Amino acid sequence: MADGAAKAEEYESQHVHQVYEEIAHHFSATRYKPWPIIAKYLQSIPSGSVGVDVGCGNGKNMTVNSNIFIIGSDRSESLVKIAADKKSHDTVVGDILDLPHPLGQFDFAICIAVVHHLSTRERRVQAVGAVLSLLKQRNSTAKSDKDATALIYVWALEQKNSRRGWDEGGEQDVMVPWVKKGSKTSEQPDKIVERYYHLYRKGELEEDIREVGGEIVESGYEKDNWWAIARRCDQRVENQLGPQ
Amino acid sequence: MKILTLTFLTCARKSCKPEPTSYPLHPTSAELEIIPVDFNPLFLRALLPRLDWPTLRILCEAFGLPGLQEEAPEEDALFLQPEEGGAMEDVEVQGEKGKEVVEDVEKKGEEETREASQLAKDLHHLLLETTMQEGKLVCGCCGHEYAVKEGIANFLLPAHLV
Ligand SMILES: [Zn+2]
Repeated sequence: MADGAAKAEEYESQHVHQVYEEIAHHFSATRYKPWPIIAKYLQSIPSGSVGVDVGCGNGKNMTVNSNIFIIGSDRSESLVKIAADKKSHDTVVGDILDLPHPLGQFDFAICIAVVHHLSTRERRVQAVGAVLSLLKQRNSTAKSDKDATALIYVWALEQKNSRRGWDEGGEQDVMVPWVKKGSKTSEQPDKIVERYYHLYRKGELEEDIREVGGEIVESGYEKDNWWAIARRCDQRVENQLGPQ
Repeated sequence: MKILTLTFLTCARKSCKPEPTSYPLHPTSAELEIIPVDFNPLFLRALLPRLDWPTLRILCEAFGLPGLQEEAPEEDALFLQPEEGGAMEDVEVQGEKGKEVVEDVEKKGEEETREASQLAKDLHHLLLETTMQEGKLVCGCCGHEYAVKEGIANFLLPAHLV
């Protein structure tokens, strides 16, 4: 592995993965409902479809549609254990850049609030490519509603209305504090842990998707996040993933 | 981890993915457990064409489960066929709405009035309720073993394999 990639991975291990392990239960208690765009997307998936939820966290998006099957994966074992309570679906521990799935076999994919945790553009683009490469190849006949698609969702730089005060033109690579509440009984004080985020500016997610041969079906902004639904449009998606 | 899920897993190493021997992963020292899941015959019907039947057969053999029939069943085999008289009545009841209903079925995969067959119940049990709780999944290409603990498989690679 290139030295740069090893450094990026070490950085993410410390500033993303270890933090999620630490805050898993508190984090999960505050994430109980899928956001509207995600719920709408999952409800639109045809019955019998099999898909992935890459970075499924506590699995809150996995119960929206009971007529589809979702295999969730997350790097945090603690979150995967919580997600495993969703008995009608399944979850594994895995890394977005080394996913344990065969390529081109899935009807849909969602990847919610994950890609923005990778600390270099190269790795973010690779992550988007990894998600798209799981989708079934589109039919040779022109555009069809039945093409496999992926919904990708990232935190936006443009958050005028949020209390965080980020906006256009600001710093995109930030550390975001999470207050881990202490316990009164054991006299544990509150603890602040920080997670790394790359805040996406307008149009950047679409650029990353096109970079790996994806095609935008629909994209937009929902409550401090950019989202895009994409499909594979050529072989490049697969070529990106050849042995390195 | 469900047996259905195992048909959608392979080695996490990039160099193994193009190799046919990396799929499916081979379960060893497996402990199975039955975890009940709501029976959803309409989902099962829609899932049927997406199943990798030969791989399911390999997995059943690896787990020492009763063998599956050689060919994937037809959709109709998932439901009890109505008796002749009953079928006629059904058609009459639907009357002119018949065509609309057929289109609906194709579109949404809904509206199934037939009762599920034993085969459908057996498939549900095998795919969704039979879970691997403990053991290892071994890649036939590189030999790497992925641990399964408390029903969860861990695919994080040690640094030297990434
Ligand atoms: Zn392997």
